[in-house]
Amino acid sequence: MARASTFRGLPGFGLSLGFTLAYMSLIVLVPLSAVFLKTATMSWDGFWQAVASPRVIASYKLSFGASLLAAAINIVFGFLLAWSLVRYSFPGKRIVDALVDLPFALPTAVAGIALTALYAKNGWLGQYLEVIGIKVAFTPLGVLVALVFIGLPFVVRTVQPVLEDLDTEIEEAAASLGAKRLQTLWRVVLPALAPALLTGFALAFARSVGEYGSVIFIAGNLPMVSEITPLIIITKLEQYDYAGATAVASVMLVTSFVLLLIINGLQEWTASRSGRLS
Amino acid sequence: MSAAATATAIGLRIGAERFEANTATRDPVWVKAVVLMLALGFFAIFLLLPLAAVFVEALRKGWVVYVAALVEPDAVSAIRLTLLTAAIAVPLNLLFGVAAAWVITKFDFRGKQLLITFIDLPFSVSPVIAGLIYVLVFGAQGWFGPWLAAHDIKVIFAVPGIVLATVFVTFPFVARELIPLMQAQGRDEEEAALVLGASGWQMLRKVTLPNIKWALLYGVILCNARAMGEFGAVSVVSGHIRGQTNTMPLHVEILYNEYQFAAAFAVASLLAMLALVTLLAKTYVEWKASELPKHGDTP
Repeated sequence: MARASTFRGLPGFGLSLGFTLAYMSLIVLVPLSAVFLKTATMSWDGFWQAVASPRVIASYKLSFGASLLAAAINIVFGFLLAWSLVRYSFPGKRIVDALVDLPFALPTAVAGIALTALYAKNGWLGQYLEVIGIKVAFTPLGVLVALVFIGLPFVVRTVQPVLEDLDTEIEEAAASLGAKRLQTLWRVVLPALAPALLTGFALAFARSVGEYGSVIFIAGNLPMVSEITPLIIITKLEQYDYAGATAVASVMLVTSFVLLLIINGLQEWTASRSGRLS
Repeated sequence: MSAAATATAIGLRIGAERFEANTATRDPVWVKAVVLMLALGFFAIFLLLPLAAVFVEALRKGWVVYVAALVEPDAVSAIRLTLLTAAIAVPLNLLFGVAAAWVITKFDFRGKQLLITFIDLPFSVSPVIAGLIYVLVFGAQGWFGPWLAAHDIKVIFAVPGIVLATVFVTFPFVARELIPLMQAQGRDEEEAALVLGASGWQMLRKVTLPNIKWALLYGVILCNARAMGEFGAVSVVSGHIRGQTNTMPLHVEILYNEYQFAAAFAVASLLAMLALVTLLAKTYVEWKASELPKHGDTP
């Protein structure tokens, strides 16, 4: 801090920094460190058995696979929604814009039972899907549906502001140089949106990997088939296997931290591309 | 939400007319039709239908069953615990959010970037792990387990554990809304207030808080919605004791697993209404924030 000038600087540095650090340590850092300290007391064999048993491996495949697929679906439809909200006028636009955040605001357990009711055999959508031989509820497909629901606003809300700030001059230039509209979109607009789309993808993916409430009702939770990794942690806890639960949690935490670093990098990239301060 | 998204969430939304009036940025009619159909179709199936399903299922057996599910003692106790949890978690994180945003946006110090990353941490941790960490610290076999047992204090499978897990998952909300805004506002106005002789608290009350009130309100609304709706983290530490450690989302789960679908959806419909009120309040705050000049409106 520069305290050299005649002005003594804004007050409260010590108080607010002290409170921030103390509160953050008590609530977040110390409890989180318990996961790694507990894991460190395990033998290598015990750790490996907990995190790499076939049932746990199957859950990683489902959690990461379904999250990747859901985020990919959301990139496409999230982009179309963001595009519609920014570029088009249509009736009910304000309501659509407000409701895009529903998955942020709706408690996950509520989303979970609502989606299950929709996609169950006799549900609004399930009865028609049943006829064409598609089962959603209580299968891995149900996990995918729940993760698409959870991830959508991340893509829309990351792409929308960048799209709003996008300079129309580049599209005008492309048009005046004879580019067709679709050429302009593909060659000019989409590349400019790429960092935001990737950020949205990463945010949706990171959220989906750890998601629990909206998934467990619709998943059916069959071991080896439709059991997600967070549920494995719960199951181990219920069997009083604290070490095993913690070991799996440490694998998930490390993955989350790596994702967080990637997301931070992507956001800086987005910021530098669109010239805004993050 | 990303920082960029938050920055415009509290900002001016521009209409689509400027794009549709410009031949260079106007899409052909058939493109607009196809894009709108896909986007709104997806929106209807994935967002509108689940929302509608909550209310339809809740009222499937009529109003009598609906009301009975809400006034039943276990439901009332779940509602009370949910309100209590939010009433503790939200003010704590509000205080933290203002302090953290103040120190991050008004001062330069080493490790600031790291501090910002740490504040975001709870967002990237699975809710299940958020519950697990408090079991490891306060549970029977945890760090303080024996000490707590000796003093007859229950944290895990009791209300304090539920509050702690909720504080963890709602930790970043207020700080995240404030930081981009206060960064953009800079420190000029506070410095001017001090030069003119204001005390630190006067500056906070008369300059800083009026400048950030809409973002602050927005952060509190989001924080509250998550605090009342949290399921995974609370589920790990609650112990699911009916009438004692059941929050509303946990009560929904129990009813649902007992095949009392109408009752489960009735309690769920209260939470869905909370979500709708949250979105409405958010829209209102955005509208208010876009009306005001960016700097120094007088209260």
